[in-house]
Amino acid sequence: MVCSKHPVSAAMFMIISLVGVAALFVLLEAFFLAVLQILVYAGAVMVLFLFIIMLLDVGPDAGKASKMKLVSGLAAAFSISLLIVIFLIIVQDSGWLPEGASWRAVPESSMLTQGGNFVFSTAVKNFGYGLMTKYMLPLQISGFLLLAAMVGVIVLSKKDEKEVG
Amino acid sequence: MIDYELIQLIVIKVIFAFLMVGAIMTMAGYSVLAERKVSAWMQGRVGPNRTVLPLVGYVPVVGSLLKGLGMFQPLADGLKFLFKEEIVPGHVNKFYYYLAPIVALVPALTTMTVLPFGEFVNAEGVTIPLILADLDIGILFVLAVSSLGVYGIVLAGWSSNSKYPFLGGIRSSAQMISYELAMGLSLLPVFLWVSEPNSAVSSLSLVEIVRSQQGSTWLLIVQPISALIFLIALFAETNRLPFDMPESETDLVGGFHTEYGSFKFGIFFVAEYAHIVIGSAIFTLLFLGGWNFLPWMDNPWGADWMGALIGTGWFIIKTISLIFFFIWIRWTLPRFRYDQVMNLGWTKLLPLALANLIFYIFVVTWLDQSNLNLP
Repeated sequence: MVCSKHPVSAAMFMIISLVGVAALFVLLEAFFLAVLQILVYAGAVMVLFLFIIMLLDVGPDAGKASKMKLVSGLAAAFSISLLIVIFLIIVQDSGWLPEGASWRAVPESSMLTQGGNFVFSTAVKNFGYGLMTKYMLPLQISGFLLLAAMVGVIVLSKKDEKEVG
Repeated sequence: MIDYELIQLIVIKVIFAFLMVGAIMTMAGYSVLAERKVSAWMQGRVGPNRTVLPLVGYVPVVGSLLKGLGMFQPLADGLKFLFKEEIVPGHVNKFYYYLAPIVALVPALTTMTVLPFGEFVNAEGVTIPLILADLDIGILFVLAVSSLGVYGIVLAGWSSNSKYPFLGGIRSSAQMISYELAMGLSLLPVFLWVSEPNSAVSSLSLVEIVRSQQGSTWLLIVQPISALIFLIALFAETNRLPFDMPESETDLVGGFHTEYGSFKFGIFFVAEYAHIVIGSAIFTLLFLGGWNFLPWMDNPWGADWMGALIGTGWFIIKTISLIFFFIWIRWTLPRFRYDQVMNLGWTKLLPLALANLIFYIFVVTWLDQSNLNLP
């Protein structure tokens, strides 16, 4: 799967693996993260990937010139062996997940405004409270970075038009 | 050691799931019939009125009535798709060619798991929503899964290895990405409006959104702009006219499914109508009060199983009238040009949705503040 030369197949496999990650989130009862994973990555980003691959019409020959086959084969073998090791470790000494009650806890807003700690929870409200209080600065910075990237894209793509007229 | 209770639960859930799939697929099939009948009515024709089962035609009044209404037409259409010769063009990419219809249909059917259609108060006074999986992020799940539906069209367009389907696929993916933004943004004011401070249940749950409209206004009345943007985006996402760029017959032959025939085309067809049915149901839940009777009125029916049944029926009536609205628009408006579609999406709907969001942020903040200061 990882070694697939065909760009469209490779993109489809990436979509499958993203949906698989979302499924893992579901198993961890983090439904919100799972849905966001599908909404953002599988639903929007990968559509653009596929879109561009199809527009450029990259054939299966594109990767043949390089030594990608050896590299990707090694990488695949390495990651599969790593996966087996991790799987064995997890299977050998894993217990059950703690029972649901505390996972779905909704934080009290009064507790947050007075500087309390976060309750570990997969409830949607928890994400909102966290982003808007404790993690406000990272949120703002990442928003600013995205804005910078967007401005950069506009500048780069508008360059040609200026020269013409 | 077999856990019989667990097996029983699973069996019941599976039966429910099959019933739900059956109901939605039947509605999708009959919306095809409705499309033909309504278009005929609008153009002064008769529409399908010949198909009939062998013996039913001889029943005195009912037989001829059913025949005239074309009630057996969806059955005949389905059988026709099944028994047609399976033609696969030589120039297609076989694997993706077969995969595409499935990828188109599966998301349409998956979204129904979080679709509530009624509410039932049992003997202990516990309110049970009638829904397959009561997820507290229902509407986000619907948006996420339905955004996967675009892969079916993109893959169909690409794997056909032919220029018209390819153009259709490209157009469709661009259109879907553009209108998803406006759709998501138009829903944010709804969540703002519905969510109450300190409530334990998130307002992203469709059940919760419907309950908030019980005995008070419908969200259509308090948020007309959101409803309008959502409806337009819904038309674009379901590829309905005036937004049916991916398959506009006049300039793209048949669009993304030009190379498809027989049952694979049938699956695309059913997927489109399943999208319409589910989209109408979601619009009903969000903006038309779901299974609640009328704005500012308590439900005249009780809360027992009879009331639940009537409520579900009322919800289905609303959904069907919305499907009729979809068909009505299709046979009324001409198709947009492609650049007009993109223009409308990016320069009109998106700024309007943003302005709408900011406006409702102020309104909701003001309402919350005045509520806090009241006592």
